[in-house]
Amino acid sequence: MSAEQLLNDPDLSATPRRSVLRRLARDPQAIITTTLILIIVAAGFLGPIFLAVDPNQADLRSANALPGTPGHPLGADQSGRDILARLLASAQTSAISGLIGAGVALVVGVTMGLIGGYFGRRTSAVTEWVFNLVMTFPGVLLLIVLTPVTGGDYRFTMLIFGFMLSPTIFRITRNLVMGTKQELFVDAARVSGLSNTRILGRHVLSAVRGPIIVATAFLIGTAIATQAGLAFLGIGSSAVPSFGSMVGEGFTNLTRRPLQFLWPSLVLGILTASLVLLGNALRDALEGLRTVPPRRGRTESPAEPVSMGEEDEAPLLRIRHLAIGYPSTTGEIEEVVHGVDLDVRAGEILGLVGESGSGKTQTAFAVLGLLPPEAVITRGSVQLNGRELLGLSGEELRTYRGKTIAYIPQEPMSNLDPSYRVGSQLVESLRATSTLSNREAKERVLALLARVGIPDPQRVFRMYPFEISGGMAQRVLIAGAVASRPALLIADEPTTALDVTVQAEILDLLRDLQAELGMAVLLVTHNFGVVADLCESMAVMQKGRIVETGKVRQTFAEPQADYTRTLLDSILDEDTVRTDPPVAPRDHKEVAR
Amino acid sequence: MSEQLLSLRDLRVSFGTRGVLRKPREVLHGVSLDVAAGETLGVVGESGSGKTTIGRAVLGLVKPSGGSIHFDGTDITAANAAKRRRLARDMQVVFQDPYSSLNPTMTIGEILTEPLVTQGSTARDARSRVRGLLDEVGLPLGAIDRLPREFSGGQRQRIAIARALAPSPRLIVCDEPVSALDLTTQARVLELLLEIQRSTGVAYLFISHDLAVVRHISHRVAVLYRGDLVETGPAAIVTKTPEHPYTERLLLAAPVADPAAQERRRAERVRLREEQRARDEQAGAVL
Repeated sequence: MSAEQLLNDPDLSATPRRSVLRRLARDPQAIITTTLILIIVAAGFLGPIFLAVDPNQADLRSANALPGTPGHPLGADQSGRDILARLLASAQTSAISGLIGAGVALVVGVTMGLIGGYFGRRTSAVTEWVFNLVMTFPGVLLLIVLTPVTGGDYRFTMLIFGFMLSPTIFRITRNLVMGTKQELFVDAARVSGLSNTRILGRHVLSAVRGPIIVATAFLIGTAIATQAGLAFLGIGSSAVPSFGSMVGEGFTNLTRRPLQFLWPSLVLGILTASLVLLGNALRDALEGLRTVPPRRGRTESPAEPVSMGEEDEAPLLRIRHLAIGYPSTTGEIEEVVHGVDLDVRAGEILGLVGESGSGKTQTAFAVLGLLPPEAVITRGSVQLNGRELLGLSGEELRTYRGKTIAYIPQEPMSNLDPSYRVGSQLVESLRATSTLSNREAKERVLALLARVGIPDPQRVFRMYPFEISGGMAQRVLIAGAVASRPALLIADEPTTALDVTVQAEILDLLRDLQAELGMAVLLVTHNFGVVADLCESMAVMQKGRIVETGKVRQTFAEPQADYTRTLLDSILDEDTVRTDPPVAPRDHKEVAR
Repeated sequence: MSEQLLSLRDLRVSFGTRGVLRKPREVLHGVSLDVAAGETLGVVGESGSGKTTIGRAVLGLVKPSGGSIHFDGTDITAANAAKRRRLARDMQVVFQDPYSSLNPTMTIGEILTEPLVTQGSTARDARSRVRGLLDEVGLPLGAIDRLPREFSGGQRQRIAIARALAPSPRLIVCDEPVSALDLTTQARVLELLLEIQRSTGVAYLFISHDLAVVRHISHRVAVLYRGDLVETGPAAIVTKTPEHPYTERLLLAAPVADPAAQERRRAERVRLREEQRARDEQAGAVL
């Protein structure tokens, strides 16, 4: 439903890269951090060209020169080296450190992640093992120990550090690839005859790049901070200016010239913080839409009783002018259900039919109070036995749900908790809505399981949801739903996920239970066969509106609305069998060659 | 056998061969079927029947554990990557889920030209072919520069069909191509598939759980039940007067969109079930 809405959202119809950039361009956090990073990096690379001062040139005459001293705008350190020149050179060192460290991590991690995630079990196990090993190395300690090997060159150190950072990228890539590998478009690419390299580079990598980009921003920050840390400890060549060594030297001189300590700390702090914040902004832009929360409350106008003229008999469920909306990216409420009127009489089975995006499930969920938290009921009323349901608190609603109103979902499996046995889940929900003791509840549940056609209730009672079939799971949920003898059962596509033979049995079961308990059923479905089989009345929904209501037989025979007629005409006729014979293949390839 | 485009003989597929203690679970127990050039063979079955596995084995996405697959007279049971690449020109696929079967980050133009370029076509030829394909599946030319997310389920399925048609294949494996679609869209996509077959003579291996859909598009129908082929024959016979009790059960289980007819069908199904129960009881009494 909301997916359909997203499709229509003009904001999202732009290409993703462009829209990510656009979203970033609107995010002040991204703009500010990017600007700061760019300024620091540009200063690091361009500054030394304009400022022709050697950052390592010591001049004891200007030792500890104050800021503003001619030739030393930010002063000089205790060896008389120009602080501004050293800051600029340090910025360059940091930028190179970040690029080498994160670059190596990226190349190694992504390559191995693609290989480890895409190819067979053995390759996966070997790469996994190697990267786990790398992760156990104490990073900074190892870099210190390896100083004789690196010769104190920070670039070499960062190269090694890149390898130590690579497990992070490896893990992200591998997990994403393993997920993407299941996607059908990868299968389609294989069927198209694409080589593994091309599939990995073109299809898999493009689908997994988002989170990797985000992680890279953090890794650059880590590499810069680590390089600075090592330099602070005095590891590496002292000839290379670095924020770390500058902080270290400033530290020893803290009491006499506190500013010497401040400058490098400030720039390093701004740089690493910007990278982390930019990473966060990237994550928001790439991985999720931040919808602006609605400014209005849940119900806009108080549900006022609407006089509908004379009614022969008060219906069990009375929906009037129900409208449901969702906040769009701009914060406006976009309506998806536009004023639905619907009555369900006691003991009646009503089929609510429509195609995807028609709002049929939204309407049913509004009755159950199960709309997603961002949904807004903009107007209307939902009355059960004359009592208004909209605007009730969670606590008040709970007294209805499970007792007066029960629910059967479309996906039986995802509505059972896999970590609890079937029996205990049913007993728990039964006890929550009744005053039965544990033993009574168990007996009741066993009787119900037998009633819904489960051959060996005792056994199923002790089973976990994943041990039973989909049809069985739906029977279990039906047992749970009718346990408290509800007045209204809301079934949302209850047989759509099931095989036809199982569907027939579940429909039989629903019909029998309805007759036995005399409950009303609101059956949400897209299947006219199911409506024809089970329902007395039906309502047809299209684009958030009810276009037709009526008795099932009458509506099938003489549909009033054009849309209903279109739908009925689209049903594949029982009697048409394909009769035209196979035609000879057209040999276009011969022509092409 | 030579006039058959695709021949499966005693095809077996097992899963879960890893692990020492776990016994491999066979999901196809020796299935034999043929698809002639230009013909649609509908494969019907419920979940767990192995119908999707047949398609995946033909496409080389799963390895058979026994039996053979012949395409155009050549054995392709264990075709290597290079041979598969050549086969891609003749054999294509349309999957069920139009959301997962198109790479979300590629434009429609890129999706459609890729298989052509892989098959050695020049970029310019590929582009002009893509225009033809879009026209063939009834999408506007403007679709080329757009991303899959901008299209509805039915339109995406048209794109997937265009991608399958790109190399002018002789066989398309259709794995539940209309099951995820709305009623009205479903009818239109089926019509498109029929039209394409009539004009190009491509053969379909059409896999579906829905007898009504299969009846509509197939010349012949094969019914699968738990990895075995239980019945195969002309569509009119298998989908109207089936011989095998399972096919009959399948036929009666699907509700008809006609309240009066459905009531009769339901009565018939209940009668059949009672008969079966009586037979079972009798068998039990004899034992």
